[in-house]
Amino acid sequence: MSTIPTEITRDVVAAKLHGEKVDIAGPAFRYLLMGCLGLVLAALLALLWNVSSVGVPYLADRGVVDFLSRYGSSQAELAGLYQALMGTIQMGIIIIVVAFPLGVATAVYLEEYASDNLFTRALGLVIRNLAGVPAIVYGLLGAALFARGGLEGLTGRESLLSAGLTLSILVLPIVVITSAEALRSVPASLREGGFGAGATRWEVVRTLVLPNAFPGILTGTILSLARGLGEAAPLLLLGVKSSFSGGELGELRGNFTSLPFLIADWSKKPASQGWPDNTQAAIVVTLVVILGINAIGIALRNRYEKNTR
Amino acid sequence: MSSPEQPPVTLADLTRRDGRTAVDAWVSRGLALAGGLAIVISLLIVWSLLKDAVGFLGDVKPNKLWGDVWRPRSGEYGIRAPLTGTLWVTLVATLIAGPVGLGAAVYLSEYASPRVRRLVKPVIEVLASIPSVVVGVFAFRFIAPEITQRLFAGSPTLNLLVAGIGVGLLSIPLMTSVSEDALRAVPSPLREASYGLGARKITTVTKVVVPASISGLVAGLILTVSRAVGETMVVFLAAGGSPTASTTPLESGITITSAMTGVLSGSDQQSGGTAYQSVFFLGLCLFFMTLLLNLAADRFVRRVRQTY
Amino acid sequence: MSNATPADTRTVMSEPSSRDRAVSALEVRDSRASTADGTTVFDVSDLSVYYADFRAVRDVELEVRQHEVTAFIGPSGCGKTTVLRCFNRMNDLIEIARVEGNLSYHGVDLYAPKVNPVEVRRRIGMVFQKPNPFPKSIYDNVAYGPRTAGLAKKGSDLDDIVEQSLRRAALWDEVKDRLKASGLGLSGGQQQRLCIARALATDPEVVLMDEPCSALDPIATGRIEDLMEEIKEQYTIIIVTHNMQQAARVSDRCAFFTTEVNEESDTRTGLLVEFDATETMFSNPSDERTENYVTGRFG
Repeated sequence: MSTIPTEITRDVVAAKLHGEKVDIAGPAFRYLLMGCLGLVLAALLALLWNVSSVGVPYLADRGVVDFLSRYGSSQAELAGLYQALMGTIQMGIIIIVVAFPLGVATAVYLEEYASDNLFTRALGLVIRNLAGVPAIVYGLLGAALFARGGLEGLTGRESLLSAGLTLSILVLPIVVITSAEALRSVPASLREGGFGAGATRWEVVRTLVLPNAFPGILTGTILSLARGLGEAAPLLLLGVKSSFSGGELGELRGNFTSLPFLIADWSKKPASQGWPDNTQAAIVVTLVVILGINAIGIALRNRYEKNTR
Repeated sequence: MSSPEQPPVTLADLTRRDGRTAVDAWVSRGLALAGGLAIVISLLIVWSLLKDAVGFLGDVKPNKLWGDVWRPRSGEYGIRAPLTGTLWVTLVATLIAGPVGLGAAVYLSEYASPRVRRLVKPVIEVLASIPSVVVGVFAFRFIAPEITQRLFAGSPTLNLLVAGIGVGLLSIPLMTSVSEDALRAVPSPLREASYGLGARKITTVTKVVVPASISGLVAGLILTVSRAVGETMVVFLAAGGSPTASTTPLESGITITSAMTGVLSGSDQQSGGTAYQSVFFLGLCLFFMTLLLNLAADRFVRRVRQTY
Repeated sequence: MSNATPADTRTVMSEPSSRDRAVSALEVRDSRASTADGTTVFDVSDLSVYYADFRAVRDVELEVRQHEVTAFIGPSGCGKTTVLRCFNRMNDLIEIARVEGNLSYHGVDLYAPKVNPVEVRRRIGMVFQKPNPFPKSIYDNVAYGPRTAGLAKKGSDLDDIVEQSLRRAALWDEVKDRLKASGLGLSGGQQQRLCIARALATDPEVVLMDEPCSALDPIATGRIEDLMEEIKEQYTIIIVTHNMQQAARVSDRCAFFTTEVNEESDTRTGLLVEFDATETMFSNPSDERTENYVTGRFG
């Protein structure tokens, strides 16, 4: 059988295994991909450094409390974030009250109740597309609907309420999509068990499906809240002010401002008067708020993922 | 309850409907109503845009519309200015976010160890959640002086390229997450089959995994384009704002979105005037552009779902 | 009740079930148990199930008698489970599923227009292929059905129902000290018995079991089979199984299903081949296909 000397065979096999030519393409490709990822990380680091290297010393110098408790001003060293921070918080509350229940209800309808018909398919398509509509178009909707088009009696034209409702509509499709995903991840056997035990659909949803999907829904809604509060573009069409007098807290139909808008406004002011510094400080505060909300969402999700495994 | 003479179950027993059934029916109706709201909203969007856009088109002659200057306050409505600006910004953004986002996705999906993934994914999520206005400020405080001015001295500090880079940076996480989903949807037996034939990793990735997930990758690219077309704040802050149509990305310019903000911000525009209506016309263009892109992406995403 | 506390399942088996009768909520069962055997519970004729336009099962004709175990056997894909799910209208949950033909429950058409599936499912309980306890405590798992149906007027009633159901499912002794612990912490066999207890808690007349042992090891399977033997004196049981030995061991009557290939559409439709007493089916089947299957030559 073996007419070839074993030593030759061994050499040939060894040569094959070691590879005769040096593989350049493999590692090069790998480094290229790593480079892409590295570029992303570098950009993020540059951004964070660019912001915090100016913003953090400024905040330390001036005092966080002073910065957060002052109204807007024409002088950079006196201008503060109080109204913007309050505006952002108030809009956040409106989003939580309006968009979350509506979005979760729509998701429950789509995933648990709706039969597969034209209405449902249209609804799914509409929601997926609404999620991709640019934020500024929602600003136009808000302007046409809440600020000028028939509902101004309720909203008081260009107001905090108009802006909050507009942002609610903006995040609604995201809430629906993430909630629907969370509902889909609930195993079908759980629903079957409930139906088999003689529960109605609503009882199955309320007692079994929703509790099971709750962490996922919570994460999705929290992330969408951060997304909504970070938007400035729609507010430009809804009469956002950089500062205003009067307008007590909680006055829904009054003037408003928000953190992202104030950043845009301040950043366009003359550099010679010290505005760049408190713009960066305002960005630091905004990032703390937005990334803080996100961190809560992501932490909840990670905890949930650990629990389910 | 049941004695031998009586049948154990009657039709009346089985057709009984108590309060629970009624609650279920009412909840069902309420939820459908909430769902219907989404459809109402999208109809309202189209209505609110059409209402004023039609008025605008009635006022402005078509030949004036195809002009080079967009200056609504002096009655110049040359749509080519915002269109070319949008084109440049989108092109630059896609050329950055597409390859970089895809490269990062391929690395995360095919090469990175679980530990690296666990560390890097949250970082990309952080980038995804940074408000666009922050990236806008970064674009004109850092990208403009530190990058583009060094590469292209003599161009205006703020230009479409600066805005495009900023928008690209902002769009990377979207490209990465959609692409990574697509790559991870490729079943591992396909990879194993390739390795089983003696293929190297690079061959497996470029010849098997990427082609198998191409629909999802295309969807990611389309969504990135759509995102770039609709991005407002970065352009508002970093594109310079010159109302004249540009021939290169190194010029100051406007996009559809920044033209919209330009008309309305900072001035008390009369509702109903042609300048005011022009914003809705631009919004309508933007809406349909992104709608077409999103519908196309939806198609590709569905194809991924059907394959696996 | 204490004199009936069994040390293990084997004792339960040997114990006459009629002794364990302390709980008022479930006492109805006594009168049912005393009715003469042989009453027809389900009468099925010309039953077909469609998924959209595709006919999944055709022409099922059989009769399920009280206090018997009726087994559905046959190769996979023959529609046993589909037919089983007709009996408590679980197929309603699959949108494209449609049932044609007659399926009467004590003479009442289960698919009559106004029949409320929720009422049906309370009377005709179900145990699934994979144990699917809710991610709740053992107590809450069993209490789920009676709670939603409002069967217990006060908390102590509910306690009684839970205890009684767990006893009937031969699980009480293993879990009585940890009723507040999660149902998911139990072993597979215990989980399935918990699901049986959950099904019994709504005081059903019939229990449908869809391959209840397919996910269990032989010892756990043995306990479930013993349990079926034990509870059939009070309940009527229909079981789907792919295990012929199991059907032979536990059932009184047996229905054999098989599939036929539709040449043009390349789809498979399930059909009932033979329905008879289990003994006859296994010793002297009248259809050749049944014989081939039970002797292991096919399937």
